Amino acid sequence: MTDFDVIVVGGGPSGSMAAEAAVKGGAKTLLLEKDRDIGYPVRCGEGVGASGLKQFIEPDPQWIAATISKVRMRSPDNTKVDFGMKDAGYILHRRLFDYALANRAGQAGVEIQTRAYVDGLIVEDDAVKGVKYQYMGENKELTAKIVIAADGVESRVGRMARMRTATKLRDMDSGYQVTVGNVDIDQEMIDFFVGSNWAPGGYLWIFPKGNGMANIGLGVNGAFSKDFNAHDLTHKFLNEHFPKASILTSVCGGIPIAKTLKTITKNGIMLTGDAARMVNPVTGGGIITGMVGGRIAGEVAAAALQTGDLTPHGFKDYPARWQKAEGKTHDGLHRVANAIFDITDDKLNKMAHRLAKIPPDELSLMKIFTAVARQKPSILIDVTRAFAGV
Amino acid sequence: MILVKDNRCDFCGTCVAVCPVDAIELREADISIIHDTCIDCDICIWVCPIDVLSSDDKKEEVKHD
Ligand SMILES: Cc1cc2nc3c(=O)[nH]c(=O)nc-3n(C[C@H](O)[C@H](O)[C@H](O)COP(=O)(O)OP(=O)(O)OC[C@H]3O[C@@H](n4cnc5c(N)ncnc54)[C@H](O)[C@@H]3O)c2cc1C
Ligand code: SF4
Ligand code: SF4
Repeated sequence: MTDFDVIVVGGGPSGSMAAEAAVKGGAKTLLLEKDRDIGYPVRCGEGVGASGLKQFIEPDPQWIAATISKVRMRSPDNTKVDFGMKDAGYILHRRLFDYALANRAGQAGVEIQTRAYVDGLIVEDDAVKGVKYQYMGENKELTAKIVIAADGVESRVGRMARMRTATKLRDMDSGYQVTVGNVDIDQEMIDFFVGSNWAPGGYLWIFPKGNGMANIGLGVNGAFSKDFNAHDLTHKFLNEHFPKASILTSVCGGIPIAKTLKTITKNGIMLTGDAARMVNPVTGGGIITGMVGGRIAGEVAAAALQTGDLTPHGFKDYPARWQKAEGKTHDGLHRVANAIFDITDDKLNKMAHRLAKIPPDELSLMKIFTAVARQKPSILIDVTRAFAGV
Repeated sequence: MILVKDNRCDFCGTCVAVCPVDAIELREADISIIHDTCIDCDICIWVCPIDVLSSDDKKEEVKHD
């Protein structure tokens, strides 16, 4: 007898979805979170696409900060390209959103423990059999048939199982974000700045948060991070564009814009969400994709408990279903990200000049295609598509 | 050797994610470098968004002289 069928490590969106799916599949499930609060601190721009979100939960005004209908992209010389979105977008209050997901998992029967820092795994016969953790200064152990590691970007639990989770510098964006008040922005528009002046190898975002507030942040690609610092660039931008902004929150964070890890299962363990590198490699969005991965992991865990095969063979539907849902697309987008990387500021400006002449409501993907036909059209389309879905 | 500037870390885990040898220990509000494991590749210094980490290589060179 084990203490639990499934122990999920990490109470982010991915962990909560995994735990909920496992318990619904009949597994006795525990979720452990190291911080004292689920959902806090928020290291996230908090943008999601509406249809992506609605697969999992009905939008609740309590945790929707702003509803988005317009996208603006700016080239390095500040040429603005505006277009509408087919699918609406939302900026969340993740602090409350993550709470809502965890609460729903709890209502479905998941036991949840915060301030529980997992610092080791119980491993027997090359199989994970449970977790070691610290709670209120005490060392504890709990056994489980399956551990689901949803421990976010650091992904140390996987390493404890001798899985390779370390991310290449080139596949990591070094991010910094402030939530500011007293800024006069369009509360229905997300605004991106691309090019090397604000975010070398990445981009800068302005996401409205309602009531005159906004998340303003940027990611510097790891390959440039030796010479460019995300914190310094963010503050430089604020001084130039929003000198009167009041800074209400500031956080930093890493965005793993990598392909999904080759191996996301091992005997008795599955990785999911950021821990498995399930972030969209172009947009850096990982909330919804993490939930997709988490739900599949939880469902497959519950099914494997029925068969008793707790090896990668028994878990094989998990990587297969993930690849079909998002993984294959991410592999393609990772190639796109590499190609965008090589587009110079000059080329970005030229593309933007052509696109800016087209009225926003006429700016369809087809028009973009024609306008930039001699540049790298396929790439631009993929990028636009990726962003318009946030 | 990698040094951690006092009272500066935000505990975001970015450095942990890129460390090739898992030489960084991170809790809710506590970070430490496992110096025996660290291979001094310095990438954690670069990737940190708020410049928390540094290297005392220079000091070591002085010591060797
Ligand atoms: C600056 C920035 C901006 C971003 N903007 C967006 C955006 O606009 N839209 C979007 O979709 N995505 C965005 N992302 C990405 C998004 O935040 C992540 O992809 C998402 O949070 C991943 O969810 P997760 O559940 O996998 O991990 P997380 O939400 O990181 O949750 C992991 C949890 O595990 C806990 N944990 C870690 N280690 C342990 C341990 N040893 N024991 C117990 N608990 C542990 C952590 O405390 C954490 O609560 C952004 C990221 C950053 C850094
Ligand atoms: S210098 Fe390299 S090996 Fe040492 S802690 Fe930093 S990333 Fe890890
Ligand atoms: S990347 Fe910087 S802020 Fe983040 S945990 Fe490492 S040292 Fe701390």
